Amino acid sequence: MKLVMIDYGVGNVQSIKFAFQRLGVEAVLSNEKETIRAADKIIFPGVGEASSAMKKLRESGLGEMTPNLKQPVLGICLGMQLMCNSSEEGKTQGLGIFDTDVVKFNSSVKVPQIGWNKIENLSSNLFNNLQSDYIYLVHSYYAPIAKETIATSTYGLEYSAALKKDNFYGVQFHPEKSGKCGNQILQNFLEL
Amino acid sequence: MLTKRIIPCLDIKDGRTVKGVNFVALRDAGDPVELAQRYEVEGADELVFLDISATEQKRKTLADLVYRVAEKLSIPFTVGGGIAAVEDVDIMLKNGADKVSINSAAVRNPALIDELVAKFGSQCIVVAIDAKQIDGQWRVHLVGGKVATALDLFDWAKEVERRGAGEILFTSMDHDGTKNGFANTALARLSEELNIPVIASGGAGEIPHFIDTFLKGNADAALAASVFHFKEIEIKKLKQQLNSEGIPIRL
Repeated sequence: MKLVMIDYGVGNVQSIKFAFQRLGVEAVLSNEKETIRAADKIIFPGVGEASSAMKKLRESGLGEMTPNLKQPVLGICLGMQLMCNSSEEGKTQGLGIFDTDVVKFNSSVKVPQIGWNKIENLSSNLFNNLQSDYIYLVHSYYAPIAKETIATSTYGLEYSAALKKDNFYGVQFHPEKSGKCGNQILQNFLEL
Repeated sequence: MLTKRIIPCLDIKDGRTVKGVNFVALRDAGDPVELAQRYEVEGADELVFLDISATEQKRKTLADLVYRVAEKLSIPFTVGGGIAAVEDVDIMLKNGADKVSINSAAVRNPALIDELVAKFGSQCIVVAIDAKQIDGQWRVHLVGGKVATALDLFDWAKEVERRGAGEILFTSMDHDGTKNGFANTALARLSEELNIPVIASGGAGEIPHFIDTFLKGNADAALAASVFHFKEIEIKKLKQQLNSEGIPIRL
């Protein structure tokens, strides 16, 4: 199993590496197109601000390549948001994989949402062996419900906790920090 | 629905766990990595590591500990204590910390908050505030509560939010170590005036204190140390009781 994490210079990826290590798989960090293309599975991480992350992704030349990948790709948190059409954060275009636009939570709720919330309406093999369960999230922006939604969560309103299109998967939460449920999701991704 | 968080705090000195009672006397409560894993199994939602050592090796020792904890833990954790520079935060995050908390350094140089938020994002920047009441006014204190300032708790909290911090960890020095309950009146006012999550700290002694801080103090999370370390309160039992009170909690 060749598992590669796309390195475009954003975010803290150590926790994701450790989570896969606990599952017995080494996640290799790479910014080389050849290494990424040769992977069996790909992680598209991301934390921080959307427009500057998108800028880094474009500058690295990896922005163009990512939507054309053929193997299973898992976007995590900001990674998932960048896979959408656009984000209100820094008013940036996204990769346009998921047909939805990321927007900010309104002030009827505390922003960012930090903590454990429930994922529900699970409809993908990414959630094999799971029923609605708690996952850990930290985010101020969200993807509205779209035709690609494969899990929902509720914070003031119902939004996409996970999205899927073809070989592309995106999760708003942090599976690497979501205890047993998160481990199961990462394991399911490895088994796709 | 977003659940309320229960956060054990591990005070760290030279790589070991300690707990300050009113910030002074210290007791040893074990190995941080082992303790962290035990808390994950027991159902803790998150952990905070607060480093109180003051050696030159401090940063390296703490970074090593962060790495070892991150390797084992699959719940989030925050690290704080003497963090004063962008470089400190960078090292902690790279070693696997999910969030970093800053305290005195932010009061001395508030622009540090903006700088950290711009570089790392709001989601990983927690500002810890220690305060106590002097003549009826909540005053911010520095250096683990040793140095008083003229800064008002609520003014400072609002500035911290405006500068982009993701979360506030408020410790009432009047309540810390007393085991008489959290500072719920001040907490409720913070929650009313702010739109970022507030973690309650200081005063946990028994399960009803947690119920009160969520229902009366409107806290988003509650942090405690010794009651968990010495098993005076079992996290599983605490969470079951919170749940039976109708408080949203992860079971």
